[in-house]
Amino acid sequence: MDLAAYKGVYVIAEQFEGKLRNVSLELLGQGKILADGIGDDIGAVLIGSGVKPLAQELIAYGATKVYVYDDPQLANYNTSAYATVVEDFFNKVNPNVLLVGATNIGRDLGPRVANRLQTGLTADCTGLAIDNDGKTVVWTRPALGGNILAEIICPQNRPQMGTVRPNVFKKPERDDSRTGEVIDMVAPIREEDFITKFVELIKMGGGGVKIEEADVIVAGGRGMQGPDAFTGMLKDLADLMGGAVGASRAAVDAGWIDALHQVGQTGKTVGPKLYIAVGISGAIQHLAGMTGSDCIIAINKDEDAPIFQVCDFGIVGDAFQVVPKLTEAIKQYKA
Amino acid sequence: MEILVCVKQVPDTAEVKIDPVKHTVIRAGVPNIFNPFDKNALEAALQIKEANAGTKVTLLSMGPEQAKEVLREGLAMGADDAYLLSDRKVGGSDTLATGYCLSMAVKKVMADKGIEHFDIILCGKQAIDGDTAQVGPQIASELGIPQLTYAAKIEVDGTKVTVHQQNEEGYIVSEVDGPVLITAVKELNEPRFPTIRGTMKAKRREIPVYSAADIGVDESKIGLDGSPTRVRKILTPPQRTQGLILKEEDPAVNVATLMEKLTAQKLI
Repeated sequence: MDLAAYKGVYVIAEQFEGKLRNVSLELLGQGKILADGIGDDIGAVLIGSGVKPLAQELIAYGATKVYVYDDPQLANYNTSAYATVVEDFFNKVNPNVLLVGATNIGRDLGPRVANRLQTGLTADCTGLAIDNDGKTVVWTRPALGGNILAEIICPQNRPQMGTVRPNVFKKPERDDSRTGEVIDMVAPIREEDFITKFVELIKMGGGGVKIEEADVIVAGGRGMQGPDAFTGMLKDLADLMGGAVGASRAAVDAGWIDALHQVGQTGKTVGPKLYIAVGISGAIQHLAGMTGSDCIIAINKDEDAPIFQVCDFGIVGDAFQVVPKLTEAIKQYKA
Repeated sequence: MEILVCVKQVPDTAEVKIDPVKHTVIRAGVPNIFNPFDKNALEAALQIKEANAGTKVTLLSMGPEQAKEVLREGLAMGADDAYLLSDRKVGGSDTLATGYCLSMAVKKVMADKGIEHFDIILCGKQAIDGDTAQVGPQIASELGIPQLTYAAKIEVDGTKVTVHQQNEEGYIVSEVDGPVLITAVKELNEPRFPTIRGTMKAKRREIPVYSAADIGVDESKIGLDGSPTRVRKILTPPQRTQGLILKEEDPAVNVATLMEKLTAQKLI
């Protein structure tokens, strides 16, 4: 493989109902840093139906080239059809690096594409850099339940591929004066790409603020002793601050709250301005998903809980007394 | 109906500790367990078997000889057959190489059982040691069959399979007619415990072990040398420093102090 023939860092942009996912924009920012390190361009691949207008937004966030596969058949995500599109993009454009958001769809698409292209894929990255050689991407990812970080490289195969966790990198500034090239592509999808059929989307979560996009997260753990706190005291505090309710694996495993709210290595990575951990001991599994928060407040009755090791402010005490008092105090402050 | 379940023996990552001085992983004393999501996959297979007479559930694992422990546990839960791919040559394989090895092992199992294909191949969404969620889709791609990942509900009606796939918004409902690989999430079911009788029977079961040569893999595509990715370095996660811990008896005092700090730093 002539490695020099592969050029450019490209983000496989993910959109849902006409709105780009934040992680795709975050990747344009970090992708630009990689591209600058290699001396390459940063671009994006946009896939869907009626998505072409979003190309300008990708440019505003830093893409210099956007390859658009706009086809009614691509309206709903389909693993095989989308993999066929990315394969076509690779064959025509010969990119060096492909960045994919580690959403469920990204984690479904990534390995299928990597297999078709017979290349390496690093999953769920939390760090991206260019090695001293100026061409190899160093992908950093947590493993062993978040106990270690591994640096992975893919030196001899192209494209170099990784899925990257949302909320790890900051979204770059939007600049609508930026210009870039929009290239229309034809999706070479085949009938056999549609062996699986989309039936419907069942939306959950009642339209509240989602944890992956929230500025404030109030999260509960085993110390909540049951489901009531998640719909009562934690939600009251979260609502007051325009935030979302999160949960540890213990709380989700106990069935107190839906898995969509789970923060941690097997849940979601979050990076809010304020993370309030209530009755969460702070297992490494949980810390792997939230230590990127700007400010962490921990409330726990166990003074030795590991969560206190990573918090900016901690209150040792009974959460059922502390949280309502905190909510009341914030309410008064805001009034 | 023929169902295959891919299972992995993993270290219980909740028990892994980091040496506070040397910052290395302490593996000693860490128990090996049945990857939890693979148990959900097996439970789903067993439920399909119970609802569809004549269904057989086969287990496949890749790992050291010791991995027979999880295969026996799976047999004790109710699986019909189990196979292990075990060979030093496959050690060090990354996800691409592992997917290739397992797909070749699947073909070997099909040949040995004299079947054309598995109607459903089930895997856990990911293994808790690597957390990549890649091997299931890699196997599906190698075998040229579709995949439906993150299944929180599976319905089987004849050859038609309907799956509720977890995603950020809720669930995508997808359907497929014919062979498919499905990956399971925890919410799919509550795995059963092995019965005592099942455990006794499983103890006596011969588990066929395949070598790399047995499954006819291209040796340039397996193991460390056949893997496109390399681990360059292992690091410990950066530590945050401890901040201010308030531990007055009266919660109102602690809350008042916290509010002072938060408002002073404009955090609320």
